[in-house]
Amino acid sequence: MLRDITLGQYYPVDSAIHRLDPRVKLFGTMVFLVSLFITDNFIGYIPAIAFLITVISLSKVPFKYMVKGMRAILFLLLFSVICNLFMARGDVIFSFWKLSITKQGIKTAGFMAIRLSFLVIGSSIMTLTTTPNHLTDGLEKGLSFLKIFKVPVHDIAMMMSIALRFIPILVEETDKIMKAQMARGADFESGNLIKKVKSLIPLLVPLFVSAFRRANDLAMAMEARGYRGGDGRTKMKPLKYHANDAVAYLVLFVYLGAIIAIRVIF
Amino acid sequence: MSMILNHVSYVYNPGTPMESRALTDINLKINDGEFLGLIGHTGSGKSTLVQHLNGLLLPTSGEVYFNGADISDPEFSRKELRGKVGLVFQYPEHQLFEADVFSDVCFGPINKGLSKKEAELKAFTALKQVGIEDEYFYQSPFDLSGGQKRRVAIAGVLAMEPEVLVLDEPTAGLDPAGRDEILGMLSNIQKDRGCSIVLVSHSMEDVAEYADRIIVMNKGSIVFDDTPSEVFKFSDELENMGLRAPEVTRALKKLKEEGFNVDVSCVNVRDGVETISKCFGI
Ligand SMILES: Nc1ncnc2c1ncn2[C@@H]1O[C@H](COP(=O)(O)OP(=O)(O)OP(=O)(O)O)[C@@H](O)[C@H]1O
Ligand SMILES: [Mg+2]
Repeated sequence: MLRDITLGQYYPVDSAIHRLDPRVKLFGTMVFLVSLFITDNFIGYIPAIAFLITVISLSKVPFKYMVKGMRAILFLLLFSVICNLFMARGDVIFSFWKLSITKQGIKTAGFMAIRLSFLVIGSSIMTLTTTPNHLTDGLEKGLSFLKIFKVPVHDIAMMMSIALRFIPILVEETDKIMKAQMARGADFESGNLIKKVKSLIPLLVPLFVSAFRRANDLAMAMEARGYRGGDGRTKMKPLKYHANDAVAYLVLFVYLGAIIAIRVIF
Repeated sequence: MSMILNHVSYVYNPGTPMESRALTDINLKINDGEFLGLIGHTGSGKSTLVQHLNGLLLPTSGEVYFNGADISDPEFSRKELRGKVGLVFQYPEHQLFEADVFSDVCFGPINKGLSKKEAELKAFTALKQVGIEDEYFYQSPFDLSGGQKRRVAIAGVLAMEPEVLVLDEPTAGLDPAGRDEILGMLSNIQKDRGCSIVLVSHSMEDVAEYADRIIVMNKGSIVFDDTPSEVFKFSDELENMGLRAPEVTRALKKLKEEGFNVDVSCVNVRDGVETISKCFGI
């Protein structure tokens, strides 16, 4: 049921991508996203595809598994493609009733489809290959320069890591409560919309109760162990760059250069 | 009522790196009016097994038959099955959600399709059976003590009047008095209503005291399936699985080794005291 949503859940294998420093992966994801929006013709997507294929095969995450997670946003993708298809003005190719499809419409819809799906795949590679803890460590360290501007980087990172940590717990809890209510004859699937929404009450009330209980317990446990924010806090495994990270940075800059060059030339 | 598990195996998350085999070739028959104890080390697959009994999980391979019908059959109504096989989960108090105790207990019978009147009658009987007094009926379930919550949650399943009542560690986290009360109550319910009970427990003393038959699980398979006194004869094998025969049985075994003429097949304190008294002639 709920467990089927794999979008961005860490996939535990050992690969070159998994071993990279999270800062590299964060930066890489950013570069990739930016590159998608710099590109304004189809040639520009050739290096993007090459980049994506290389990273996916290096990551050892089965492509099927990645795509399975994308089903959740398929609807969003279709919706924006269809909107773009009918919204754009220009040379009409085909029309019926009040709707018409134009050449420009097809082009923007095509771009949109490529951009969105690449965007989702690109960012899910990061979360698939990085544990939540690593990710927030990377964010904290990578953004630590913002501390000069009094941005509470540590607190934000801590909140994020707790939130991420709680997602699987809540999914599991939802599964458990759902089963417990189904054992009492609850039915979450059939009936009309109003009935379906109503049937969620026996699920949501215990879920919220348990989420608050857990949050409370965690706060207590953190305080009991002397947590007092980020000042003076050291790490057991501080992030350190290695040779492979340097190579990755190099590849990223070459990729970015290629994308910009294509944009300028074509 | 008849419930048969035939070569049941179950795998969690098949086809992913998180794949794990939880049950391997389980064969089991639950008889009418029987008190069945299910024991096993943590992670041995007890909770997975009991979820097959009411169709919350369907076997990866093998079949589960309820009254001769395969529960994996698309035609089979698993919702109806859940009314007949009541399952009380580990920490059932986490499922309470209604504004007051009484309506929470009514949830099951109403889902079963009973009228409001009938459901209320069943809820009333069930709450009385588990020993919740009238004064608590209209309180919020969240304001009760842990033990009371547990009873209310059990009443929520009892009110559906199941033919088989399955309880997954109903006494976890309760004090000894609370534990005895809940188990005694279950035993009474079983005698009154003639239903079958499957009790999952970590406490050998508890299953020895109440169960007619014990199933021992280890790493997803059934290792022993026999009466308590037969099963607890294998105290060394049990120890290897991270389990232990009841204290009484082990004490009697020690006495026997020391040359005292005691009956080592006793599994509860009452019989233990008797055989020791007899041995010493008191
Ligand atoms: N939802 C799940 N997803 C994946 N694996 C699971 C899930 N639930 C249980 N398992 C695995 O199945 C095996 C059996 O678990 P199960 O919960 O049935 O054990 P148990 O005998 O009830 O243990 P305990 O006495 O601790 O309650 C364990 O190895 C566990 O890791
Ligand atoms: Mg269990």
